[in-house]
Amino acid sequence: MKEKRLGNPLQHTGVQNVLAALIAILIGMLVGFVILLITDSSMALKGLGAIMTGGVQDMKNVGQVLYYATPLIMTGLSVGFAKRTGLFNIGGPGQFMMGAFAAVYVGVKWTFLPGGIHCLVAILAACLMGALWGVVPGLLKAYCNINEVITCIMMNYIGMSTSNVLIRAYIFDRTKNQSLRPVDGANLPKLGFDKIFVADVGTPSSVNAGILVAILLAIVVWVILSKTKLGYELKACGFNKDAAKYAGISEKRNVVLAMVIAGALSGIGGGLNYLAGAGTGIAVGSELAQQGFDGIAVALLGMSNPIAIIFTGILMAYLTVGGLAMQSYGFVSQIISIITSVIVYFAAFILFFSQIIGKLGKRGGKNDANANADQTPPAPPVQTEKGGDAQ
Amino acid sequence: MSEYVIEMCNITKKFPGIIANDNITLQLKKGEIHALLGENGAGKSTLMSVLFGLYQPEEGVIKKNGQEVRIKDPNDANALGIGMVHQHFKLVHNFSVLQNIILGVETVRGGFLKMDAAREKVMALSEQYGLKVDPDALIEDITVGMQQRVEILKMLYRDNEILIFDEPTAVLTPQEIEELMKIMKGLAAEGKSILFITHKLNEIKEVADRCTVLRKGKYIGTVNVADVSKEEMSEMMVGRKVSLNVEKDEAKPKDVVFEVEGLTVVNKEHGKKVVNEVSFQVRRGEIVCIAGIDGNGQSELVQAITGLIKADHGTVKLKGEDISHSSIRHRNTHGLGHIPEDRHKHGLVLDYPLSYNLVLQSYFEPEFCQGGFLKYDKINQYAEKLIKDYDIRSGQGGKTIARSMSGGNQQKAIVAREIDRNPDLLIAVQPTRGLDVGAIEYIHRQIVAERDKGKGVLLISLELDEVMNLSDRILVIYEGEIVADLDPKEVTIQELGLYMAGSKRKGAQ
Repeated sequence: MKEKRLGNPLQHTGVQNVLAALIAILIGMLVGFVILLITDSSMALKGLGAIMTGGVQDMKNVGQVLYYATPLIMTGLSVGFAKRTGLFNIGGPGQFMMGAFAAVYVGVKWTFLPGGIHCLVAILAACLMGALWGVVPGLLKAYCNINEVITCIMMNYIGMSTSNVLIRAYIFDRTKNQSLRPVDGANLPKLGFDKIFVADVGTPSSVNAGILVAILLAIVVWVILSKTKLGYELKACGFNKDAAKYAGISEKRNVVLAMVIAGALSGIGGGLNYLAGAGTGIAVGSELAQQGFDGIAVALLGMSNPIAIIFTGILMAYLTVGGLAMQSYGFVSQIISIITSVIVYFAAFILFFSQIIGKLGKRGGKNDANANADQTPPAPPVQTEKGGDAQ
Repeated sequence: MSEYVIEMCNITKKFPGIIANDNITLQLKKGEIHALLGENGAGKSTLMSVLFGLYQPEEGVIKKNGQEVRIKDPNDANALGIGMVHQHFKLVHNFSVLQNIILGVETVRGGFLKMDAAREKVMALSEQYGLKVDPDALIEDITVGMQQRVEILKMLYRDNEILIFDEPTAVLTPQEIEELMKIMKGLAAEGKSILFITHKLNEIKEVADRCTVLRKGKYIGTVNVADVSKEEMSEMMVGRKVSLNVEKDEAKPKDVVFEVEGLTVVNKEHGKKVVNEVSFQVRRGEIVCIAGIDGNGQSELVQAITGLIKADHGTVKLKGEDISHSSIRHRNTHGLGHIPEDRHKHGLVLDYPLSYNLVLQSYFEPEFCQGGFLKYDKINQYAEKLIKDYDIRSGQGGKTIARSMSGGNQQKAIVAREIDRNPDLLIAVQPTRGLDVGAIEYIHRQIVAERDKGKGVLLISLELDEVMNLSDRILVIYEGEIVADLDPKEVTIQELGLYMAGSKRKGAQ
């Protein structure tokens, strides 16, 4: 079997999935290009070029890609993790906002904490607050059998409004209509990234240690899911609740736990996003945090695989930065949203694409496959013939 | 014109890692009932799917009346007069019988359905073939047997000449099976040609004219059913001699290992006692069988014992310990082994590999788990051992996704897992449902071996043959109550049937 796989990469499911994701992106770009053509055909090519190359235009933009990717990876992990355990966590925006509030609150108020620790405590606060916003749908699902999608959506609005109220009450910056900024000691360290990711004119990117935290947590989530007892139980519940129950796994506990972890991941995403020292506070308004929803796209495109989510998160951020670059040619930023949406839409077809790729691979390597199959028939033929002769 | 209405010549169909059909030839005469016999995973369903246009074979041709045809999809098959009754019926549950029958081939006038003509034709067919149905009843309200008649009428309504029955008796009661056999004979007498997929030898003996045997994807032979014995057919199917009777010594029961007293389960929806004051004991070294017609409280009884549902009152004692309120995990780790009724729902995580499934009840033990991390080396080693010891066959060993395994091997995996945990009481619920002779023989032998090792065995079965062959003591359950405590050596199948039907009561309680 192994030889066959090596001999024909198109038969490998991992390769199939990556190719399928690339196809989804390609279709997204094509649709985007058509819209660019309709909007302003003379600038369309340049606009497309900006989208494609904006993220690597200079070192600052590379840094910006990583900066934007940080919260997306976190919310992507949140959605992906829940998905693997059979839950749909659409509560990302609420968990993200509450996590952000908790982190900024600690960052602004708890100035008695020393530098490095201050930042850690702020992230921890974000984590706990996110977990709290996850535990509510988890409990309701486990003990009252209320669909988590409904409760998550409600928790989104509760989270948005609550954070608005709390920001206004405790950490409000009236002049900018947003929250105050965390003190420098609470911000994530730059780790010298501001020296590497600098624009030609000298302005540094906002990238910071957050991206490393996100990547680290992606690896942690991967380890939990694929190496631990907890992951085994969570996935068993996700695949087959009844069998999990039969095996003595408490599916109620697992539902709650899964939502807590998912909420914590989104919450940390919110924390990392506002502890960046990028000079922005949390805007007070009536919009749900976009990063929370984008996490669904990131997870979907990454097929809920934590490692893949690192890359799909970076990809989405790359498109965002490209979209900013595109605006300099007079295009509206919504075009990038359309492209992302189309990619997500076609990401839903990933399974379909990978099947087609699998079939193409089969056709291409048919002779090869046949040869292998002949060498290793599933049953020893000698025995079979003997049985036949006995008749 | 050819002698054969359908010929499948030298069909080869491959899937990754397995040749499902290897050069198989099947010739169906007009007006005959032709059985297709083979173990689970022998390639019967694949072959029929090829005929029905669901799969394209890599090699081989299909001929109808001697003319080569290409069947690209089920519509082509239908156009050639090939119809199929699937094992799991394909009916719309909130549609009436009539609506289901005409679904897809509705006759319309100006956009309106012409139901009257359809009704007439359905009633005529129903009359002609003795397929009694109520055309206006909703599918969800009628019995499984009647649903099957609807499926048959669907084929007849489409004027199909070649009828494929995919394990049609698996879901039927003994009476319904008898009825179906009559219907099949009637259809054949009217000139329909029938392909009958099964692994039940009794049924083949009863209705089939000829029988083609497959084994592990290979063509073994075609025989005239009248010329061969059941034993010969089963040998062709399995590839070795199989005993159709369970060989076991006299039971030597020892001390009581398991005790149920006054166990009662009340259904939450209609408030009826589905398990009513059930009391019994199981001793070490005996197989106690709970016999009864499906739906008389067996499932609830077992679920209450294993902790999947809560009993309303009564006690369950295992090795003297009251486990009535213990967690499922506690029961499982303190001497209870459970081969569940529904292997897909409870027994396996179908999307997990075989190795994961083999440790479903023990992954948390120190042997496989340390500091919250699973020891995959150990799990894989253990899985390889069980695969070898219990002869579980799968495409890629422990890595095989359980879903892709044949039913028989899935069941073997569950049996292996539950027996290897060395339980004091093994509860086996319909352990051989839907399995072929080879697997049944194997599982029966395992169960007897457990008994001989001094375990208590509680068997719940709907198959009378199994009940009579395997058990040392029979408890009959009827409407949630144990109505008889019988010795299999002193009771006939007919008598047992009377107890099961509730028209006789004896001993017990």
